Amino acid sequence: MTDQAAVEKLKAKFPGSVLEVKEFRGELTLTVKAEDIVAICTFCKKELGYTMLADLAGLDLSAMGVAGPRFQVVYNIYNIKAKQRLRLKAPVEERGPRIDTVSGVWGSANWLERECWDLMGISFNNHPDLRRILMPDDWVGHPLRKDYPVQGPDREPYQGRQI
Amino acid sequence: MAAMTETMTINMGPQHPSTHGVLRLVLELDGENVVKATPHIGFLHRGVEKLSEYRTYHQVIPLTDRLDYLAPMSNNLGYVLAVEKLLGITDQIPERAKVIRVMLAELTRIKSHLVWLACHALDIGAMTVFIYCFREREHIMEMYEKISGARMTSNYFRVGGLSADLPAGFEKEVREFIDAMPGHIETYEGLLTGNKIWQKRIVGVGVISGEDALDIGITGGSLRGSGIDWDLRRDHPYSGYEDYDFKVPVDDGCDTWARYKVRLDEMRESCKIVRQALDKLKPGPILADVPKVCLPPKQDVVNTIEGLIHHFKIITEGFKPEAGEIYQSVEAPKGELGFYLVSDGSARPYRMKIRPPSFLNLQALPQMVEGRLIADVVAVIGTLDIVLGDIDR
Repeated sequence: MTDQAAVEKLKAKFPGSVLEVKEFRGELTLTVKAEDIVAICTFCKKELGYTMLADLAGLDLSAMGVAGPRFQVVYNIYNIKAKQRLRLKAPVEERGPRIDTVSGVWGSANWLERECWDLMGISFNNHPDLRRILMPDDWVGHPLRKDYPVQGPDREPYQGRQI
Repeated sequence: MAAMTETMTINMGPQHPSTHGVLRLVLELDGENVVKATPHIGFLHRGVEKLSEYRTYHQVIPLTDRLDYLAPMSNNLGYVLAVEKLLGITDQIPERAKVIRVMLAELTRIKSHLVWLACHALDIGAMTVFIYCFREREHIMEMYEKISGARMTSNYFRVGGLSADLPAGFEKEVREFIDAMPGHIETYEGLLTGNKIWQKRIVGVGVISGEDALDIGITGGSLRGSGIDWDLRRDHPYSGYEDYDFKVPVDDGCDTWARYKVRLDEMRESCKIVRQALDKLKPGPILADVPKVCLPPKQDVVNTIEGLIHHFKIITEGFKPEAGEIYQSVEAPKGELGFYLVSDGSARPYRMKIRPPSFLNLQALPQMVEGRLIADVVAVIGTLDIVLGDIDR
C-alpha cells in the first residue's frame, strides 16, 4: 500500500474530517479535524498499520501570518511494515487550546504530549499524567510560544540586541 | 510483632554516578523491590529548539553538537541532511562529502557504543572494561581533533558538504584504527561475555517485548535487541548508505543480554562500513556547487566580486529556503534521531522539533524495572544507553 492509498482510505473513512492534503519534497501532510483525532489515529494504527508514533510536535503559527487557528499539533506516524511515514496535523484554537490525548493509541504519546503541554501550552484531554516535563513544576508560561521572549520573561535582551 | 509493610520512597540521582548525567529517579521501594519508578528530567534543558528559531540555519549546527554529546557528528549529520532536504539540494552533495560523512558517522557510532559499554560494565562492577574502552575512544577523539579542532563538539559538517577536507595522513590513521578495532572488541568480549557475574547481572533483566518496545517508541539497538529488524540506514538510506554492504544485527532475546550482543555486533559492522568508505574515497570537491547556500572558496572571495557578494550575503543574512516543512531522521547510535523543520521562507527555522532517541527510550524505564530489584535499575539505565543532553535538549 502506498501512502497515497492510505490517504484515500482515510478520506473514504472520514470524509468530513480530512481538511487538506499537501505534498512537499515527497512527504505527505494531512490536516484533519481535531475533534476526530483519536478515531483517526486508532484507524491509522489498527487498519493502516501505522504502529509507531515517531514524534509529536506543537506548532505556534501566530508569527507565520496565515489565517486559521493559532496552534497545530503535528503527529509523525510510521508504518514499520510498509516503511512509510505520514504526517497528521490537527488545528487547535488559541483560546484554551485543548485536544484529546492519543496516549491510549500509542504509549509513546505520553511523554511527547507532556512536552507539548510544557513548552507550547496545548492541553490534552484525558491524559493520564499531564505534568510539566522539561521545565520546573512551578514555571509560569510556555517557552516555545512565539510571544515568549527568547531571553526569558522580564529580562532585557542580551546586550540590548533586538532580534 | 507483625512485619512492617510500608514502602519507602527514595531519590536516585540527579547526582548518582550510574544515572549517566542528571537523571533523577524517584523510586518507591518495598525492601529491595521496586514498586514504582518515576523519572524526572529537564535538569539539562537549554532550550535548543527555542534558540534555533533565533539563529540562521548555519548557526544552529553548533547547537546540535550539544544534544547527544557522545555522538556529535551523528547530530550534525541529521541536521544538515534535514536542511538539505528542505532546500531540495540532497542530490547535489558531492560524492566525497557523502563518503566522509558516512565514515565519520560510523566512527561516531563506535565512539558512542564504547562509552555505552564502558559505563554499562562499570555500573555493574567490571571496572577493567571501562579503561580499555576509553583507550580506544581516545583515538577517535584525537581523530575528531585533527579534522575539526575539537574533541567533542565537532561542528564539522556543513549544509551542502563539509567545513574542510580531511587532513593529510588521516585515511591511514583511520585504517590502522579499523584494523585494530575488531581485536579490541574481542578483548571486551573476553572480559565480559563468558563472565558468570556479568551474565547473572544482565540475562533476563530489563525484559521488554518487541510489541511493547514499538508502542513506547524505543528505537535503535534497544529495539533490535527485542527482535524488531529495523534500521534507518538500510530502510530509508541517506548519504549513500544504500551502496554499502552491512548486516543489521537483531536478537529476539528482549533482555539486557540481547541488547549487549546487538551493540557489540553493531560495532563490528561499523568497522566494515568504515573500511568500505575508505576504499570509496576519491579526491573531489567537498562542498556542493550551490552559491546561494554554500560558502565560496576563499580564493574566490578575495579575487572575484561574485564570490565576495555571496560570502557576505550568506554570513550576514543566511540563505532562505522556500516555505514548507520536512522531517528527516538518521540512525544515530542511540536510535532514530529526527529533525522536523518548518520554514516560513525566512533565513531562520520557523520551528525545529528534535526527535531525540534517548527521550523515548527512557520512557520505557518504569515498565522495565517495576517489580524488579533495585540493582537491576542500574543495569537497565546502562542498557537503554541514554544521554541527558539528548533527552533534555
